[in-house]
Amino acid sequence: MTRLQKGLWAAVAVAALGAGGLAVTVSRAPEVATSGASSVAAEFELTGHDGVVRTEEDFRGKWTLVFFGFTNCPDICPTTLAEIAQVMDDLGPQAGAVQPLFISVDSDRDTPMELAEYVPQFHPSILGLAGTPEQIEAAAASFKIFYERVPEEAAPDGYTMGHASQVFLFDPDGGFVRLYGNGTPAPEITADLRARIDAHG
Amino acid sequence: MRPLGIATLALTLLIAAPPVLAGGEQVVVEDPWSRASIGTSRPGVAYMTLRNTGAEPVVVTGLRTDLAMTPMIHATTTDAQGVTRMSHMEEMEIAAGEAVALEPGGMHIMLMDLQRPMVEGESYTLSVIFADGTEASVEVPILGIAARGPSD
Repeated sequence: MTRLQKGLWAAVAVAALGAGGLAVTVSRAPEVATSGASSVAAEFELTGHDGVVRTEEDFRGKWTLVFFGFTNCPDICPTTLAEIAQVMDDLGPQAGAVQPLFISVDSDRDTPMELAEYVPQFHPSILGLAGTPEQIEAAAASFKIFYERVPEEAAPDGYTMGHASQVFLFDPDGGFVRLYGNGTPAPEITADLRARIDAHG
Repeated sequence: MRPLGIATLALTLLIAAPPVLAGGEQVVVEDPWSRASIGTSRPGVAYMTLRNTGAEPVVVTGLRTDLAMTPMIHATTTDAQGVTRMSHMEEMEIAAGEAVALEPGGMHIMLMDLQRPMVEGESYTLSVIFADGTEASVEVPILGIAARGPSD
């Protein structure tokens, strides 16, 4: 075997090892399964940006809008937060029946204090929720959402996050109702919520 | 995507031998806006539409502003499962007569290493740098943190 061939085989071995490592990481991540809607549930114990520990039980009696993100996210997270803020403004008196929850998937950086500085700037009704890596993993598993830490040299602290960007709707009994896809305009969400709140009585 | 981009750039440079117009002169920047930031620790964002009014494609190769040490173009992509990720674009081509929209949930300018907080009501200058070395500068107004578009 020439030195070049040896080098090439070494590269193949390294790549294979790398791929193996990747496969392990992926298989340990929560399943990406927004299709199995019936099994989607909101089960969590997280700390609100007000410092109060919350579980899904605390939001019974309200329609909850749940979405995921992180505060170092410049585009999609503020965009979703701004849309939800608009929905809450447009709902008027019916906003009282709705609780938006922003769950940070970035447990390293997003403490409740970080969320307190950030989330209410969009709308006072939105509650930011933070947790330990284990708490976030458990919550993500119940919502069946995927998130990952992506190394990116240029990003703050050398990483960014990939995450599910839909908005989940749960009814006042805690049952999963539907997803609003990433980019659903605020008026569409508002109209859908209005119809459901009216029908529910 | 990148090798293709480089190939396209190389081809562009080869074919467009007699340059008609410099990128900075043929590109019009429309509807620039930014969201306010809280402090300087988190990256900011800028959105705008870049319209190539010329007869030749142009390639954006960089950005410059005194507001942020490292401004860069990012693409937000969402897969079939609804998972959203961001990726850095080293260059961006705008075909002749076409416009590229940098807008929420899509391509955007990420403003890394903010030098000062982005305050609602203020504005800053951003220069778009093209492959031929020319630039187009635009004054970007800073809107509220919950702004959803240039007219919010």
